[in-house]
Amino acid sequence: MSEHEQYAEDLALYALDALRGEDRARLDEHLATCAACRLELEQLRRDTALLALSAAGPRPPQRARQRLLDAVAREARVPKIVQASPQRSWWGVLGWAAAAAVLVCVALLLRDNLGLRESAISARSEAAKNARELEELRRIAAPIVDPGAQRVTLVSTNAPPQAQGKAFYLRNRSSLVFLANNMPALPLGKAYELWLIPVSGAPIPAGVFKPDAHGSASVVNPLLPAAIEAKAFAITVENDTGASTPTMPILMMGAGG
Amino acid sequence: MLSPQPQGISADLALVTGLKSGDQGAMAELYDRYSSVVYAVALRVLGDTGEAEDVLQEVFLQLWRRPSAFDAARGSFRSWLAVITRNRAIDSLRKRRPETDIDDVVLSVAPDLAGDVERARAAEKVRGVMGTMAPAQRSALEMAYWEGMSHSEIADKTGEPLGTVKTRIRAGLIALRKAFQG
Repeated sequence: MSEHEQYAEDLALYALDALRGEDRARLDEHLATCAACRLELEQLRRDTALLALSAAGPRPPQRARQRLLDAVAREARVPKIVQASPQRSWWGVLGWAAAAAVLVCVALLLRDNLGLRESAISARSEAAKNARELEELRRIAAPIVDPGAQRVTLVSTNAPPQAQGKAFYLRNRSSLVFLANNMPALPLGKAYELWLIPVSGAPIPAGVFKPDAHGSASVVNPLLPAAIEAKAFAITVENDTGASTPTMPILMMGAGG
Repeated sequence: MLSPQPQGISADLALVTGLKSGDQGAMAELYDRYSSVVYAVALRVLGDTGEAEDVLQEVFLQLWRRPSAFDAARGSFRSWLAVITRNRAIDSLRKRRPETDIDDVVLSVAPDLAGDVERARAAEKVRGVMGTMAPAQRSALEMAYWEGMSHSEIADKTGEPLGTVKTRIRAGLIALRKAFQG
């Protein structure tokens, strides 16, 4: 029996979330290093989705619609400062570390604030504290995000500008902010893809991006597996829909510090 | 409101994009499109209309709060929503704190069953395949999927060896896959 066959039945249980304990831990370990089994798991998840779609029954009661819309109306959308950042074209070398730190903090605080809305009254004072901190961070970020700000990138006078990228990764929150500038333009249909290189296992896609006219780009909080330890980050050129495995060559790479 | 409404996957994507900018009309439209799917899945798991309604609310509120959790490149919206609902309903059934975040649900290129007619046909097909399975196999698959039981819980309940339960469940899923590939 091959290694993949050995895991075939456990993969089906995994897709159904019916595998627990040591069996699950053992399979998690195998999945981290086996692309074939990851693909089979994706297929099995599609199979289980068919089961979900087979459910049929009465429509929900009419009151449920209004109940939902009332709840939605009560939840004012928090402005997505972080989401606006991919459009910016001005990330200068000197401002990167501070800007990214602010972005990470803003993103985390926004997330915290959303979570706090669901909390009990006793959490309100904490929410107010976070709101004050968020306001302070916005004030600090203003010179960076204000379109009217003067932005200057300082580079060596002896060399042409080099493509640069910086990744800021919080493993315990699976939060990642990546900022790049001086990125070369890409052919039509192509995009850059950021990869998280784990300590063990295959590279994990961490966002597809295209630079703007000034060569600047960013990726903010891409979908990542939980708590993966990053050995390095890398960038390749892929089709603009992204890839599940990197296409060589690796254009840029940096090891975690 | 968004009007007139395009149909299918592109319309879903436009509506989810609307959620990201806080469009409550888009939320209402998505609810009108998919509340019966969500409610049917929740009711199938929970068997209680009140609890199913609570899960319905919870799933759509999560969507409102985190619309970016849906990645259109990796699966159809309907399938994604149905799977999220199943997971939340199982958590509710087992009286446990929600374990599955909506960000965790990834369906890579899930079946495109966007149209109601196509979905109804697919649902009928799934029920047909289930109907052809041996009762023990169908039961094992249903206990795992609709009751959230682990393989060892199923083995304990049925008195069958763990290996038999595993084999039956995998064979059941493969039979479903083949029905949709052929």
